[in-house]
Amino acid sequence: MNITKIKFRKSFWYGLLFLVFVLLAFLPLYASAYTVILITAIFMYIVLTVSWVIFSGPTGYISLAPAAFFGVGIYTSAVLGKALPLPIVICFGALASFCLALLVGALTLRLRGIYFSIFTFGLVLLIQQLLLWYEIKFTHTRGRFVIVVNNTTIYYVMLIILVVLLLAAYLIRRSKYGLALQSIGEDEEAAAHTGINVTALKTIIFAVSAIFIGAAGSIMATRWTYIDPYIAFDPLFSFLPVLMAIFGGMGQFYGPIIGAAIFAYLEELLLTRFPYYYMLTFGIILVVAILYLPSGLVGLVEKWRKGDIVEEHASP
Amino acid sequence: MLAKILDVVIAGLLLGGLYALIAMGLSLQYGVARVLNISHGEFMMLGALTTWALFRFGVNPLLSLAICGPIAFIIGFILYRTLFTRLRISSATIGAYEGSSMLASFGLLFIIQNIALIAWGSEIKGYTYLAFPVNVGGALFAANRLVALGFAVVIGVVFYFFLVRTRLGKAIRAAAQNPAIAGLMGVNINQVLALCFGFGAAMAGVAGLLISMCYPIKATMGLEYTIITIIVVVLGGLGSIPGSFIGGFILGLIGSIVTYIEPGLSLAAYYLLFMFLLLVRPTGILGKG
Repeated sequence: MNITKIKFRKSFWYGLLFLVFVLLAFLPLYASAYTVILITAIFMYIVLTVSWVIFSGPTGYISLAPAAFFGVGIYTSAVLGKALPLPIVICFGALASFCLALLVGALTLRLRGIYFSIFTFGLVLLIQQLLLWYEIKFTHTRGRFVIVVNNTTIYYVMLIILVVLLLAAYLIRRSKYGLALQSIGEDEEAAAHTGINVTALKTIIFAVSAIFIGAAGSIMATRWTYIDPYIAFDPLFSFLPVLMAIFGGMGQFYGPIIGAAIFAYLEELLLTRFPYYYMLTFGIILVVAILYLPSGLVGLVEKWRKGDIVEEHASP
Repeated sequence: MLAKILDVVIAGLLLGGLYALIAMGLSLQYGVARVLNISHGEFMMLGALTTWALFRFGVNPLLSLAICGPIAFIIGFILYRTLFTRLRISSATIGAYEGSSMLASFGLLFIIQNIALIAWGSEIKGYTYLAFPVNVGGALFAANRLVALGFAVVIGVVFYFFLVRTRLGKAIRAAAQNPAIAGLMGVNINQVLALCFGFGAAMAGVAGLLISMCYPIKATMGLEYTIITIIVVVLGGLGSIPGSFIGGFILGLIGSIVTYIEPGLSLAAYYLLFMFLLLVRPTGILGKG
């Protein structure tokens, strides 16, 4: 493979990326309302999954907190939505998630392995139950109505969140902090001994990843119009990103994106018609992926590509 | 006042007996087999719904014990021999195994729950069996609660003696301490771990049966009980079987007290206690270290 070929390939991929971006940016102008809603849902799952991978991918800490951050975003939107303009509401949603994650991170990141997972999961349920109790006791209603925003606006806000998130994820991955996270995942003691401030780094990255989940929650709330603690703090929003990331494969930057896109599309196809079969398939795929595809779809692609290269070299 | 306190305490013990039984099952699965089985509650749900379905054919719930327990055991045993053994062998470290087996059990949760939803639907079910009131120290309780408590205690005690007195029990305790060395000492480790997982599943199944006698049941009830179980296991100390037995009763008491003071907060109190415990004393009350 010579230099011009590599250069050509690189510019080809950048060109394709740009084209996809332009197509997405003008989507509401030519696509049907249904397509716009569908793509918004896909974006939401990509945002959840990629944010989850920022922290949990390199470090190996399986966080089950996304539903908590998502729910905080949703509730921020429900509480402030009528009083403040939309961009500010979303910023507040992101900020609230960030603060919660900072607190949780500072409290829990000394917990290792499985303890961290069950703690974060407990957090989701605790907030859900406390909120439910508060709503019934003090506001005397279980749910809340959220202001309605048109679908095109939701789409664009989600697109902006997604683009900012992808940039942030890419930059973190490429920076020295990404490398430091990777080394924490491999051996935390050793990472600390090489001079990485392990606790501070983990907390900050955990909190940064929560920003996007909170923002996505605040905008999605306007799409659902009615919410209650069970809808907002649905544990499924914790499991889905994990599954999507594992299915897609965390070894490459694009893996979680592909995993999330495929699953979000499947959900759209199956969930309304065969909800139980969808969830059943979801479980089977999760088990099969863990057993046979430890590095996900990306792993398969890589294997196939490597096989290709080996063959190329083998033939004289 | 005294009667009221007694009332709350007995209600707590009755609830706690069920928690203790489920938690002992999970304690076997996590403490020995190293699978934090998120689908534990689903085995319980299967036991509950099977009992309900059999009851409609006129089978006495206590007779279903002979069906639910063994079936849950076989499912658990086969799952461990196929799924989790494979994961255990392919995982580099015990930490990686715990993570991936937990995620796999999430998958199992969705599989089992949705098969049950397809088979039985999502509505709340229940039946009445032994529902006549019994006077316990001045407070009235349904007879089925007392039967459930009795079964839970008997199973717990029998299993404890099985662990302490028999050869297989010794092998299980050895595997809990160090699977690798137990294997070197001639314990067939895959077999023992699979047995533990199966026993855990069987306990969940039987607990489900007992719960179906006392409470309304539905196909999506599993996760809530799983969470409570995890709380009990952490409270009693991960891997300590007597610990989880005692932890069950403690949590039952706490639940009963909180329900008496503020009914809406009982679950929140569990989660709060749980998170506090994880931060302050993750090894639990009877755990080592």
